[in-house]
Amino acid sequence: MPQSIKRYSYITDRLALVDGKTLPVAAAEATEEGNFLTLLYRSLGIDYPKFFKMDSLSKLGFLASELILKDESPRFTPREDVAVVCLNRSSSLSTDVQHQASIQHEDSCYPSPSVFVYTLPNIVAGEIAIRNKLLGETSFYVCREWSAQLLLRMASLSFCDACTRAVLAAWVERFDGVSEAFMMLVERDGLSGIPFSAEHVEMLYQNTKTQNT
Amino acid sequence: MIAWAGDNIISSLGFTTEACYRSVEAGRSGVRLHSPFMGLAEPLMASLIDREQLNDSFAAAYSSSDGYTALEKAAILSVGRAAAQAQVDLSDPGVLLVFSSTKGNVHLLDENESQPHREHIYLWHTARLIAERFKNPNEPVAISNACISGGCAQIVAMRELESGLYHHVVVVGVEMLSKFIVSGFQSLKALSPEPCRPFDAARAGLNLGEAAATIVYQRVDREEKSGDVALLRGAVRNDANHISGPSRTGEGSLLALQALLREVARSDVAFINAHGTATAYNDDMEATAITRAGLHATAVNSLKGNFGHTLGAAGVLESIISAHALKRGALLPTCGFKAGGGELRLNVLDKAGRTEKPYCIKMLSGFGGCNAALLFKYVKEERPCRNP
Repeated sequence: MPQSIKRYSYITDRLALVDGKTLPVAAAEATEEGNFLTLLYRSLGIDYPKFFKMDSLSKLGFLASELILKDESPRFTPREDVAVVCLNRSSSLSTDVQHQASIQHEDSCYPSPSVFVYTLPNIVAGEIAIRNKLLGETSFYVCREWSAQLLLRMASLSFCDACTRAVLAAWVERFDGVSEAFMMLVERDGLSGIPFSAEHVEMLYQNTKTQNT
Repeated sequence: MIAWAGDNIISSLGFTTEACYRSVEAGRSGVRLHSPFMGLAEPLMASLIDREQLNDSFAAAYSSSDGYTALEKAAILSVGRAAAQAQVDLSDPGVLLVFSSTKGNVHLLDENESQPHREHIYLWHTARLIAERFKNPNEPVAISNACISGGCAQIVAMRELESGLYHHVVVVGVEMLSKFIVSGFQSLKALSPEPCRPFDAARAGLNLGEAAATIVYQRVDREEKSGDVALLRGAVRNDANHISGPSRTGEGSLLALQALLREVARSDVAFINAHGTATAYNDDMEATAITRAGLHATAVNSLKGNFGHTLGAAGVLESIISAHALKRGALLPTCGFKAGGGELRLNVLDKAGRTEKPYCIKMLSGFGGCNAALLFKYVKEERPCRNP
């Protein structure tokens, strides 16, 4: 059976979509950066206080996974057969600059452990694994720019583990004014869904992205 | 079969695998007290690459330095040496580069660093510079998966080779220390002021380290033959427990070990080279996972006392030392270990020994709850490998 895309989500700092449909989150109320993610979190009606401790890269990835998994059943039962694979351009640089600012001046060098732990990009995959009790493979890759081909290839590598039956595959980028998450739930033996090919991934991404303009 | 074709290590203990291996065998450590370190208030106990030796070695090997950072020089030097040993032409389109680092050139975020080219802060850019240096035509894969990165890079290499797209994959892991990294680990209170003591009852935290390490893997379309070292299997599993604290039950490590050990008798495992950072929680977690996997009698060592924790390079560096030990039938000592403690007792190697067994396991764990395990096999010289 070919791999197929069961569901996909897209989030920026002013809108969120699931399977290409825009969610009713009042972006106008988001007055400052990051505020939209909090509004989106509240609109989902979930109770997960750890969300507020996350850095913005993790919040983006976490919310993208919530949009995809919220209707899955059963949920929160430990499983080893779901992998989380993320790609981006800027690794954890959005949080790296915060840690750097805290140590920049010798007379006021106060690094924060709660910031420092987020100076690793793969923490976002870990946050998704913790929330959903996913014991499978978690991976993070960096590349120059968005590439449907590369996202397909890296997710496919996770299917090389015979244990993996589904992959949450995502582009999660946050740095230099860019805030974007595109995530797919890809199933190894999906009975229905969109074929998991570079052409389809590119089409879903571009179609969703154009709704953001 | 995914076979070992060549390797190199650049670290505080030398710029060749042989020099580093001999130091480990003799129980030597490259960990020293550095005070002050980059303007930080606390002194740093760490294993650092000698910058002068690095610059001299690079200048001797390459005519122009092209504005490379120290990290890029170390990686290029290591890749060049490993490729030469493996006799691989890196400009061949059948060769892929896989790059592993947690923080790359993150020191360039410091306002006091001159940064003519801002792009050096991106990990993919550093990976590209290395590939371009050797005229490799493929877009390199860059992995940043915390402290298991070097293990993940080898798993990617194995899978890319098995896919048939490439005949050689060059895996390079590199990490250099900066105020950024050191201050962060200090804030986590994870650093030991003394040389670290993996699995010891009196362990008091980790030492950081710098290294560049490279393995060249090749796909070999034939039966294994004597003298081969093969990467047989690799697995990555998440604890799904905590982003910075190891799981008390060792869930992810246990699952990774179990994934390796299907069809392999535990009594055939010569040794486990653990992550063994010498923090209280990490070593306890690994002891739990190893015991739960039924490997409590298997010899265990850690190389962190020799090289410190080299983060994104650790998986590559420690796999190289372990593969060479397996090939030589050697059990390597755990530098810094004197006596175990706690409820879980492992068979930790406190001195060098011999083994005839064919397999070894490399374990890794990292922030984000990730764990990796790799299974290596050495086909002994005297044993015929044809059908029984």
